[in-house]
Amino acid sequence: MVDVTREFQDIERAEPEDVELYHPHSWITKYVFSQDAKVIAIQYSVTAMAIGMVALVLSWLMRLQLGFPGYFTFIDPATYYQFITMHGMIMVIYLLTALFLGGFGNYLIPLMLGARDMVFPYLNMLSYWIYLLAVLVLVASFFTPGGPTGAGWTLYPPQVILSGTPGQESGVFLMLVSLVLFIVGFTMGGLNYVVTVLQARTRGMTLMRMPLTIWGIFTATVLALLAFPALFVACIMLLLDRALGTSFFMPTLVEMGQTLSYGGGSPILFQHLFWFFGHPEVYIVALPAFGIVSDLISTHARKNIFGYRMMVWAIVAIGGLSFIVWAHHMYVSGMHPMFGFFFATTTLIIAVPTAIKVYNWVLTLWRGDIHLTVPMLFAIGFIITFLNGGLTGLFLGNVVVDVPLSDTMFVVAHFHMVMGVAPILAIFGAIYHWYPKITGRMLDEAMGQIHFWVTFLGAYAIFFPMHYLGLMGVPRRYHELGEMAFVPPSAEELNAFITVVALIVGFAQLVFLFNLVWSLFRGREAGGNPWRATTLEWQTPTTPPPHGNWGKELPVVYRWAYDYSVPGAAEDFVPQNQPAPAGAAE
Amino acid sequence: MSQDRRWLLGGLAVVFGFVGLFLASRAGHGIFYWIGLIVFLAAVGTIFGFVRAAFDEAEGKAQTPQHLVPLTMLAVAVGSVVFHFLSPWWWSPIASNWGYIDQTIIITFWITGVAFTAIVVFLAYCLYRFGHQAGRRAAYEPESRRLEFWLTMGTAAGVVAMLAPGLIVWSQFVTVPEEAAEIEIVGQQWQWSFRYPGEDGRLGRSDTRLVSNDNPLGLDPNDPNGADDVVVQNVDLRLPVDRPLKVLLRSLDVLHDFYVPEFRAKMDMIPGTVTYFWVEPTRTGTFDILCAELCGVGHAYMRGRVEVMEESQYQAWLQQQPTFAALANGYARVTSRSPDGGEASARSSVR
Repeated sequence: MVDVTREFQDIERAEPEDVELYHPHSWITKYVFSQDAKVIAIQYSVTAMAIGMVALVLSWLMRLQLGFPGYFTFIDPATYYQFITMHGMIMVIYLLTALFLGGFGNYLIPLMLGARDMVFPYLNMLSYWIYLLAVLVLVASFFTPGGPTGAGWTLYPPQVILSGTPGQESGVFLMLVSLVLFIVGFTMGGLNYVVTVLQARTRGMTLMRMPLTIWGIFTATVLALLAFPALFVACIMLLLDRALGTSFFMPTLVEMGQTLSYGGGSPILFQHLFWFFGHPEVYIVALPAFGIVSDLISTHARKNIFGYRMMVWAIVAIGGLSFIVWAHHMYVSGMHPMFGFFFATTTLIIAVPTAIKVYNWVLTLWRGDIHLTVPMLFAIGFIITFLNGGLTGLFLGNVVVDVPLSDTMFVVAHFHMVMGVAPILAIFGAIYHWYPKITGRMLDEAMGQIHFWVTFLGAYAIFFPMHYLGLMGVPRRYHELGEMAFVPPSAEELNAFITVVALIVGFAQLVFLFNLVWSLFRGREAGGNPWRATTLEWQTPTTPPPHGNWGKELPVVYRWAYDYSVPGAAEDFVPQNQPAPAGAAE
Repeated sequence: MSQDRRWLLGGLAVVFGFVGLFLASRAGHGIFYWIGLIVFLAAVGTIFGFVRAAFDEAEGKAQTPQHLVPLTMLAVAVGSVVFHFLSPWWWSPIASNWGYIDQTIIITFWITGVAFTAIVVFLAYCLYRFGHQAGRRAAYEPESRRLEFWLTMGTAAGVVAMLAPGLIVWSQFVTVPEEAAEIEIVGQQWQWSFRYPGEDGRLGRSDTRLVSNDNPLGLDPNDPNGADDVVVQNVDLRLPVDRPLKVLLRSLDVLHDFYVPEFRAKMDMIPGTVTYFWVEPTRTGTFDILCAELCGVGHAYMRGRVEVMEESQYQAWLQQQPTFAALANGYARVTSRSPDGGEASARSSVR
């Protein structure tokens, strides 16, 4: 598909004049309570990365315990479960979701679509501040009596609110309140992204000319708006069960010899609600990564993305299917066994559009002019880890294969590879790619190379062997193996090896953080379009773009986002806002 | 490539070389030796590449394209396959009829393994063959319907090849044989209890509301089917070999999951509901019982053991156990009456 328009005479220019009132006047309204999507994006990203560092440190503590059980006396079973719970929840919700949608969504949607800002800037600002509040409430649970909840990030009742679980006193309240706040804040932002994509595209930017990054973020936002309400009601009902003694999820039960006053509720109901949110959540994280990686590969291989229309339809199909696969997380939950047939089938069907995306990324490299820049390396790292994690998903999605593997380290290895490592690599690639637009300076290449190789090879060395622990039968969420007749002593050594590598990978992230700060002052000047890319954000009149993005005139789009190496063109890229030369053959 | 960058990367390669040597020196297990050696050789190769590039530059030769990246990606694919075949970590020898599940896993390993290797090798080839060189220009080919169609069909065929056997085995898994004997396993924080049907072969009704010190599993005293039931706590689970069993699962407090790795089958236990799976133990021996669903701080300590024995041995043991009705009439606690006496291997130390 090649999509170029020559003229726009029949469409009226519909933009109102620039109003002085619209721009911020004080330091506070410009940098703190800012309504500029780009500033909000940076606020979201910095907050998400800060809380992400907390979760990273928690993972080190967990790994220390698993690799060298007994050496670290300050880690007991209760604290271990608290670390594991907070690590999971922070990484999935407060880091990945917030960074992809709140961070990249805010920065890239207006710039890539040729808009001046989000359509509801004030709501956008509120969204960030409510997100920050949610993060603070979550962090507060570390300092309450009893500490944060240790129920696992899935928060399954009944144990989440019973006394056998750490953090039952107050940590669980703060966790649920924080989630509710997050969802409120996200809904404000999410409506904003969807309306902006649908209503504020510049002239010529048809839906089928949008860069795949925007398709990914847009579809993920729609998923999130439909999926988060399920988590919202689950959190509210669980709060009521804990605070007021209602029994939405609580059956009659005997705790430590005492019959509690609950009765008639259904623990399985919570699991359905949780995973009705939880599975789309995987794609809320994955779809923006798909989009970003498509654009990185196309730009740095100087070649149009292969099969653009198929890529768009694959994103939409995956998004739709992701709502009818949730119970594959519940094959051994005790739900009706006949569900297994349906959910295994839908789950494996989703592999087809996903595989097509992988093929198209690799086929984009075929006969390209591949520049092995740091963003490109991260994109390649994403493809390999995502491919690996996606394929192990075919084990766990195929209901009967899931029976021995569920709740083992195989599951841990699988989801870290597919929705931990892979999206994080995409995020790093995206940061190396767009940092020059955000700051006007390049990130240091040598530090970037070190960061990439240690992170990619290290993460692979952590999670690939971990599958085999699970295959052997080592359960997840055990703070130590203890006596297990079927586990050979060499498994302890493998655990120690994984821990050492995890620490090395963790420290490599410090190189990245240093690079972010150092390059801000010392990085090479980037210019407006250092990667010679076609999309609109690289065509702004000034870099970094000011409030309002485009100066006097909005750009007009004449072509799709992937005109790289067009035969006959002078340069190997043609920006989206460059008109076709009069009389040129199409 | 600038000078500083080369030195930085060279320094990194040296560090990696040392890490590789360190790992190889530990060599507590063969796999570490190989991983260490591979890392070390990769580091040596990198340094060699830098030295050669430096000489080439000094002599004014044209820069050779970088082959390190495609080679590393190739090494990831090859290394994964080698690891798979050399790995000493593999499933425990099976002790039940669910060898079908293992076979389905093997089919899945082959299909996904071939797909993974093929795609990564192709990716590495693209990086090698189409790396940037001065004057190269990418081809312009927006899409190819035919290629996309055949790739879709091929993927669909692979998916069907995994799903079809999976669903067939699942239908066996959910179809409990008529002749299966019932047995009940009850989970609570953090121990296992077991109930066997007596002479009548039927388990009596139970209700969590009836749980008390004298009736730890909440059996209904008014149900005649339950009178001859045998309840045991704090001892190993005993099962007869070569007989299909319908394992009924109950929980008194939170979610648990009855998991014996050698049986392959597992299922959650939910308070307020009876769940089940079926299994036929196929060899005698003693195996670990683990809890596989997070159930609070004692989760990892919630252990037990199952002893699979010959039918005659099993029956002889079962005969000796007091029935529920007998217990209700004033016998002492079950544990002290069992032939194992106070054996408490399964007890959690947390409780």
